[in-house]
Amino acid sequence: MTQSFRLETGGLINRDKKISFKFNGKNYFGYEGDTLASALIANGVHLIGRSFKYHRPRGFFGAGVDEPYAIVQLYRNGETEPNIKATEQELFEGLEAKSVNCWPSVNFDVGAINNFLKIFLPAGFYYKTFMWPKSFWYKIYEPFIRKAAGLGTASIKHDKERYEHKYEYCDLLITGSGPSGLASAYSAAKNGAKVILAEDKSRFGGTLLTSDVNIGNQSGKEWADSIVSELKEMSNVTIKNRSQVFGYYDHNMLVMSERISDHLPETKKYHPKQRLWYIRAKEVLISSGSIERPIVFGNNDTPGVMLSSAAKEYMKVYGVLVGKKPLVFTNNDSGYETAIEFKKNGVDPIILDTRKEPQSEIIEEAKNMNIDIKNSYVVVAAQGYKKVKSADIAKISDDKEELGSVENIKCDCICVSGFWTPTIHLASQSGNKTKFNAEIDAFVPGTSKQNEKTLGAANGIYTLEETLKDSFEKGNQLSKEITNNDNKVSFPNVVEKKSTVHDKFWCVPLPKGKNYKRFLDFQNDVAVSDIEIALKEGYRSIEHVKRYTTLGMATDQGKTSNLNGLQLVSKIENKVVPAVGHTTFRPPYSPVSIGAIVGREVGKHSKPTRKSPMHSWHEKNNAVFVDAGVWLRPRYYKRGDENLFEASKREAKNVRTNVGVCDVTTLGKIDIKGPDAAELLNRVYTNAWLKLPVSKARYGVMLREDGIVMDDGTTTRISENHYHMTTTTAQAANVLSHLEYYLQLVWPELNVNVVSTTEQWAGAAIAGPKSREVLKKLFPNSDVTNEGLPFMGYMEGDLFGVKAKIFRISFSGELAYEVNVESDYGYFMWEKIIEVGEEFGIQPYGTEALSTLRIEMGHVAGSELDGRTIPYDNSLEGLLSKKKDFIGKRSLSRKAFAAEDRQKIVGVVPLDKKTSIPEGSHLVKDSNAPLPNPKLGYISASCWSVEHDNPFSLAILKDGKNMIGEKLFVMSPLKNKVIPVEIVSSHYVDPKGERVRS
Amino acid sequence: MLHIKCPHCGMRSQNEFSYGGDATVKRPELGEEISDHDWDNFVYNRKSLRGKHWELWQHLSGCRQWIKVQRDTATHEIFKTLKANEDIS
Ligand SMILES: [Zn+2]
Repeated sequence: MTQSFRLETGGLINRDKKISFKFNGKNYFGYEGDTLASALIANGVHLIGRSFKYHRPRGFFGAGVDEPYAIVQLYRNGETEPNIKATEQELFEGLEAKSVNCWPSVNFDVGAINNFLKIFLPAGFYYKTFMWPKSFWYKIYEPFIRKAAGLGTASIKHDKERYEHKYEYCDLLITGSGPSGLASAYSAAKNGAKVILAEDKSRFGGTLLTSDVNIGNQSGKEWADSIVSELKEMSNVTIKNRSQVFGYYDHNMLVMSERISDHLPETKKYHPKQRLWYIRAKEVLISSGSIERPIVFGNNDTPGVMLSSAAKEYMKVYGVLVGKKPLVFTNNDSGYETAIEFKKNGVDPIILDTRKEPQSEIIEEAKNMNIDIKNSYVVVAAQGYKKVKSADIAKISDDKEELGSVENIKCDCICVSGFWTPTIHLASQSGNKTKFNAEIDAFVPGTSKQNEKTLGAANGIYTLEETLKDSFEKGNQLSKEITNNDNKVSFPNVVEKKSTVHDKFWCVPLPKGKNYKRFLDFQNDVAVSDIEIALKEGYRSIEHVKRYTTLGMATDQGKTSNLNGLQLVSKIENKVVPAVGHTTFRPPYSPVSIGAIVGREVGKHSKPTRKSPMHSWHEKNNAVFVDAGVWLRPRYYKRGDENLFEASKREAKNVRTNVGVCDVTTLGKIDIKGPDAAELLNRVYTNAWLKLPVSKARYGVMLREDGIVMDDGTTTRISENHYHMTTTTAQAANVLSHLEYYLQLVWPELNVNVVSTTEQWAGAAIAGPKSREVLKKLFPNSDVTNEGLPFMGYMEGDLFGVKAKIFRISFSGELAYEVNVESDYGYFMWEKIIEVGEEFGIQPYGTEALSTLRIEMGHVAGSELDGRTIPYDNSLEGLLSKKKDFIGKRSLSRKAFAAEDRQKIVGVVPLDKKTSIPEGSHLVKDSNAPLPNPKLGYISASCWSVEHDNPFSLAILKDGKNMIGEKLFVMSPLKNKVIPVEIVSSHYVDPKGERVRS
Repeated sequence: MLHIKCPHCGMRSQNEFSYGGDATVKRPELGEEISDHDWDNFVYNRKSLRGKHWELWQHLSGCRQWIKVQRDTATHEIFKTLKANEDIS
């Protein structure tokens, strides 16, 4: 294909660098600096997709972020991405794109039948159609809608690209590099302020790139280039292109997405694809400019109908003609600028101006160039299906109600200008209550809510001179207050053509006997008639009208449609536009990729992985790991072709018969120091702590104020005013916050300090009847006999030259010890334990065996202390002191907590002594009772008892204390199991607790 | 994201803090005789105010101090922050 719509010269593209790309399978060429849109137009491709509802042909409407039509599926470097605007996507070598919304192809589209059935698809059609019968939804309606509608397909592959987040602070954040952005950035930078200037597009300069102006004897573009190159040299300025500030949040926090690699064939090594910036700015200058709005007329969605400013941009920036027989339809002077540009490029445009006798410098220039101008004329309807072929035009009466006789003139594009809408999204997101400016027929920001000011066209200021003056001044003034510098920038001489007032005309009436669709929202196919229906059906609030008709709800978020929608509602309702109000502007201003939002927090990076100092030993010894919160813990150590069940049984059995060692580094550890430490413990734990002797440990339970068990663990008195608290792995962080809360806010009079020492200590639990033999070998110089180190005793020892803390505590119900050394010696300690334990048959055991041992002992853990149980439920009522008050005690006297048939922990054994009981199953009296079968309790934890060699579970059961010996049923609908069981004591092993004291 | 002035560390982003609820609630004294009704109010019942509200935050990923923050729950405007031992005036 030749680039038949490319001009011989002109534009900001690099004609020396040809780029090949593919669209819908066909090969084309463009130039470096093109967008996909400009390159396609250059190649004469005007049909790019189908509309969402009626599947009408779609071309290009704009040249940037406001684009409602040209949405494509992009293929880049083996990946695919939906919803890409062809007007924003820069061309790169090998780019591939496909149309969306077309099935089977863009030229022959089955869904277009909807267009002929449109009488059945009016406003609210989603709500009215596809409603019944209910059974049709999944099988017929949904699959059909999904296939026929939708905007491309999301990839289901893992995204191999890298996305980053960055946090930044600045004095001034300036959003947009048009005249107001550059001027304010320049004067602020000269005062030494830390400035971030963000530009959405690849080129800096905004409208200066396309407008015919002169600043300080330079063209607009030359002036922009010189300012930009100066800013780039300044160390206090960060200037970013391809960067869109899309959200304005609380306390002057703005978020910007920077597209670093999207314009390249592939991401460079070590570069991210996109970077999300969280920017906390002292001041924000919104310089986002304005977007041209369309005039509404019949078939105004036909490919070839586009914004007049976009047509000008395609010529001036990309050297591309959008048509060779253009019609310019305008209600203001901007259309003339486009017409003049056409004429300069050797194309004869016709201008239809809705105004009767407008006069201005620009109009004069167009007349002098012999451009055909028809005043008081409108386009009634575009003709042509896949491309504009002609236009029905007519004279319009002064009151804009009556059309004259309709004539048809040949044209291949219709460039529309309905005046300008300030881009107030960020200002509105900041909380600024916008106000209606009748002069420009649009909303502008009102009083600042946060530290934001809006400049230039975004504030409804449409002359360059005024914009520059205001922006230089604001930039200077705001930065001066921050830096105390006042380096005035001399104001350049500005030459621009004066324009005259626009005509508030926005919608062409239908000619008699014609029923053309007149579209407001081009992506969601919302026409004038849809709004009329919604209002007829009683919708009044603009927010409701929006949702019922889907006006402004497409990926372009109504950038070109919202204001015309408001005009229509105000006309039908006979209200002024500000009384109708506008819908809420919400972030993001334009779609942001999910990858950028997620950033680096993907997969294993979504949270840190914590490993104990002994981790590499576990790895070398075939440990199979399990996630325990953020920790990786050995679940079991695989021998040969053992499975989980076999290995954990072996490990648990070895603890019961010989000795095992388990890595317990993950337990939370809190160091508590101070003269009131005992008093704090006494208030936090339910049992008594004031008389615990030095070198003794005690088991404790702590409650929340509502009486629910929060955590359990042992705390040891190391010396007079020094305690070592352990918490469960899961609750470690919460317990520390809990203690800090009471110490800082409730009882500040207590002289106590707490600090987490979890990372400081490596811990090994040595458990089993032969554990003392291992201890003796580990600490030959210490007296670890039953008398020297009794149950719940503590001592310090010398482990081959390493200082160790030895606690005689047990989680398994066996004679057991816990040895702690400083983390750096953890690996050494572990190797020594294995070495000296060899002759006693020591084996490492993982969390699965640990679990088995504690379950058959009836020792409660996280699955029982699940935030729903009180001490009684866990048979911990013996630990409740009657003599003193403690956190949560008052709640325990609540009626339900003291009920006679209160739930309590029990043991559960299947009658056949074979069937394993799924955790989470329910206990019922009668397995055949009608549903809902009354639930008596639930299985909290299950294991294979190595002591009894049969399945055993713990359960929290209603009236548990009177249920021992009862026969019930365990039901697991999820596993489709019904198991007859007997209720037994939760202490299935050594109920008198003799072993731990032996 | 809010910007909260920790009285110990200065201005920090919200993601360094964790929320701790109403700062005006006072825990009954230990051992105090208290009715079910009053205890229930202390444990469960909170006003969900629209407007100025004194609340607790902990500078969890910073100095770990609990602080008192006066914030407008509707606009998120923060008027004042205090140390744990300073009284709300
Ligand atoms: Zn702090």
